[in-house]
Amino acid sequence: MNKYELIIIGGGSAGVAAALGAYENGLKKILVIERDSEYGGILQQCIHNGFGLHTFNEELSGPSYAQKYYDLIKDKKEIEFLYNAAVIKIDNKDISVQCEKGLLKYEAQAIILATGCRERPAGAIGLKGDRCSGVYTAGTAQKYLNKQGYLVGKKVFILGSGDIGLIMARRMSLEGAKVIGVAEIQPYSNGLARNIKQCLEDFNIPLYLSHTVESIHGKKRLEYITLIEVDDKLQKIEGSEKKIECDCLLLSIGLIPENTLIEELGVKIDPRTKAAIVDDNYMSSIEGIFVCGNSLHVHDLVDYVSLESRKAGKAAANYVLNGLDNSNLIENKVSNGVSYIVPQHFHLKTDIEFMFRVNKIYKQSYIHVYGNGIDKKIKRLGIVPSEMQKVLLKKEELENLQGELNWEIIE
Amino acid sequence: MYDITIIGAGITGSLIAYYLSEYDFKVLVLEKENDVANGATGANSAMVHSGHDPKPGTLKCKYNLLGNAMYPKLCEDLKVSYKVIGAFVAATSLEEEKKLDELVKQCIDRNVPYELLSGDEAKKLEPNLADDVSKVLSLPSTGIVTPWEVTIAALEEAMLNGVELKLNYEVKSIEKKDDCFLINNDIKTKIIVNCAGVHCDDITNLLRVSPYKTEARKGEYYVLDHLNDTFVSRVIYPVPTIKGKGVLAVPTIHGNILLGPNSDYIEDKDDASTNKGLDFIKKEINKTVKNIPFNKMIHTFAGLRPHIDLNDFYIQEDDEIKNFIHVAGIESPGISAAPAIAKDVVEKILLNKFDYKKKDNYVHREAFIRMDEISDEKKDELIKNNPDFGKIICRCEKISKGQIIDVINRKCGATTIKGVKLRCRPGMGRCQGGFCEPEVLKILAQQLNKDVSEIELNVKDSKILLAKAKEDL
Repeated sequence: MNKYELIIIGGGSAGVAAALGAYENGLKKILVIERDSEYGGILQQCIHNGFGLHTFNEELSGPSYAQKYYDLIKDKKEIEFLYNAAVIKIDNKDISVQCEKGLLKYEAQAIILATGCRERPAGAIGLKGDRCSGVYTAGTAQKYLNKQGYLVGKKVFILGSGDIGLIMARRMSLEGAKVIGVAEIQPYSNGLARNIKQCLEDFNIPLYLSHTVESIHGKKRLEYITLIEVDDKLQKIEGSEKKIECDCLLLSIGLIPENTLIEELGVKIDPRTKAAIVDDNYMSSIEGIFVCGNSLHVHDLVDYVSLESRKAGKAAANYVLNGLDNSNLIENKVSNGVSYIVPQHFHLKTDIEFMFRVNKIYKQSYIHVYGNGIDKKIKRLGIVPSEMQKVLLKKEELENLQGELNWEIIE
Repeated sequence: MYDITIIGAGITGSLIAYYLSEYDFKVLVLEKENDVANGATGANSAMVHSGHDPKPGTLKCKYNLLGNAMYPKLCEDLKVSYKVIGAFVAATSLEEEKKLDELVKQCIDRNVPYELLSGDEAKKLEPNLADDVSKVLSLPSTGIVTPWEVTIAALEEAMLNGVELKLNYEVKSIEKKDDCFLINNDIKTKIIVNCAGVHCDDITNLLRVSPYKTEARKGEYYVLDHLNDTFVSRVIYPVPTIKGKGVLAVPTIHGNILLGPNSDYIEDKDDASTNKGLDFIKKEINKTVKNIPFNKMIHTFAGLRPHIDLNDFYIQEDDEIKNFIHVAGIESPGISAAPAIAKDVVEKILLNKFDYKKKDNYVHREAFIRMDEISDEKKDELIKNNPDFGKIICRCEKISKGQIIDVINRKCGATTIKGVKLRCRPGMGRCQGGFCEPEVLKILAQQLNKDVSEIELNVKDSKILLAKAKEDL
């Protein structure tokens, strides 16, 4: 049995940052298990710029960001990487790994899940119509184009205004494909404002808000889609159908934290994030199992993933070296416009940065945080669902808190 | 000259080929699609009914009962999975309870094992039965199976024993000669077995006015991901109505849940698109079960049942054209009945046509490698012998490169993304191939010695990669 202080599952942006955080805080035997042949995860197929402004004060491509972050740990003999290796089971703190050397067993005092997220497929929204080729998630199209050098369509329509879809609208346009439009079922865009500008407006690609794809048609290859408008309750408006000819439909309809391993372990799941419930140390409901990055909740920027994961690495190191924090946990409660919050519960020992999202656009509003011992209104202009909100509460603000902490938006 | 040519590589045609391969005939299977099991066989409830339901005196009744009894041994022989999990028929009103009594009578007449349970008794066994369920007919002999695995395995073994398969071969003409048939001015055969599913009447019409008309009845389904908590552990039926068996909840061999089907007559016999039926299923399924984990939905599909206007299976030699055998109208319970139909067609019709002897060098196929079904020690050994089994390609279903290469390089092997998916499941999981499809495509291209741009998703001309970046546009 190979024994480590900490095993990190996933060598993407979260895993590498978690390894750095754990190393900086005193761990000497850290293993990162990665199923791909290199570190960096999805960053390796994100060849566009826009990564690293917060972390490195410069705009980098995905692979450069991955390289630059990896450079921070590459000489550390305390951190080992196991590539081309898939964790197929976690049993208590025993990890089964399938790789070309065989079925290997590892044991760790703490485990960090940094497994990223996956894209919602067509089947998850019950997209109606034929089962022709030409329908891909945006990330799959990105992999085909950026890793294998092939376009999956020449006349492209995109469903969903998530960032990967927007990035692919620009990328495929640059490669010569015609991007006909983007439909978004919500009355607002789900992508970052800069991506709407740089990926759609600069390329004259129309964004159809309050629209969705009713059905897809084509016996062999996609031939056309039927676009339909929805009302303010997201119900389809009959008679508003439009036929749009295209040979490719990209889906950018949401990312889901990849949490199969911890679900199998029996970790408690937050139905809102569809991921683990964690405390302010990123520890899940099972002692010694930590979760961070996009496998905890989907972030806007890789910089935030790195930041969070470095903290998770630090917390895991603290746990290994100093043991469990047994102090009471305060529960977060969300209502009125707040769709989720991380961490879901917390100890009263440090400053804590809370991260959450809202369920619609708020122009002028307050974030209202209240509980027994705290009542705070934080003014924010223009809160949108596509941008994660962060609120830092100081240790002194929290220390008299009893019971639970409530979060809401007041317009 | 072939002795016997089977038109259609669905489950019935393939099992006929399999049973024939024991004998010294020259057998050919023709399939118009680029893979087998691509019609009704590939899209249905994936289960073996107990035989409680079909009308008395029908071929459906006879072959369903025989088929249910044959499945365990057949699947053992073919080395594919079969599980007897039982079924509940759930009544929710006094009227429906009376209907259960009629089904009980049929069970008694047919020797189908059964038990009547009160609503409460049943809910102890299946906690997600709907609150309104008041009485349940339990049918313990109901089984589940993956119909395309049976079909692929049957054809693989048939081919190992000399049967030939031509894919992408559409039958467009048949001429009756003195002692044989001539297909497409190309293939000579003494006997034709028509297993063409929804196209049975089209094939027959090439020779004579078909005595039946084949229609397609569409059934749509939802597929749910593997669940950590059991949703249902048996098949849950509503009480049948004049329209059929209703909307079911069915656990599958690989741990998914199917919800469906509806039943809609459609004009275009090749139109397997999903449509409004999905909304109907979402509503109907609530009659029998509750707490349905729709958030675990990963896929939807539609299947086309070959219905004929005679309202029963039509299995006989043509009354005008000698040596032309109809195996038509194999709609539900077609999967359940297929082994018994195939055996009867071989033993009661085809064997009477020839002097024959059994082969003495019969070869059995090897099971597909299922790494999720073997011990860690076995896995380790497998990987040490061939490192490809250590390389996970499909993270959701944990399928290795070695398994994918295996299913491509067999007889009746996979040639498309869907073909690989049906045989060993990459793409069947929660990401639906989002992560693994580009990898599967590369492996297919390598193994088949093709360019990646030639690889197809499912049917002919369903190419995936349309152009090289900055070229061809």
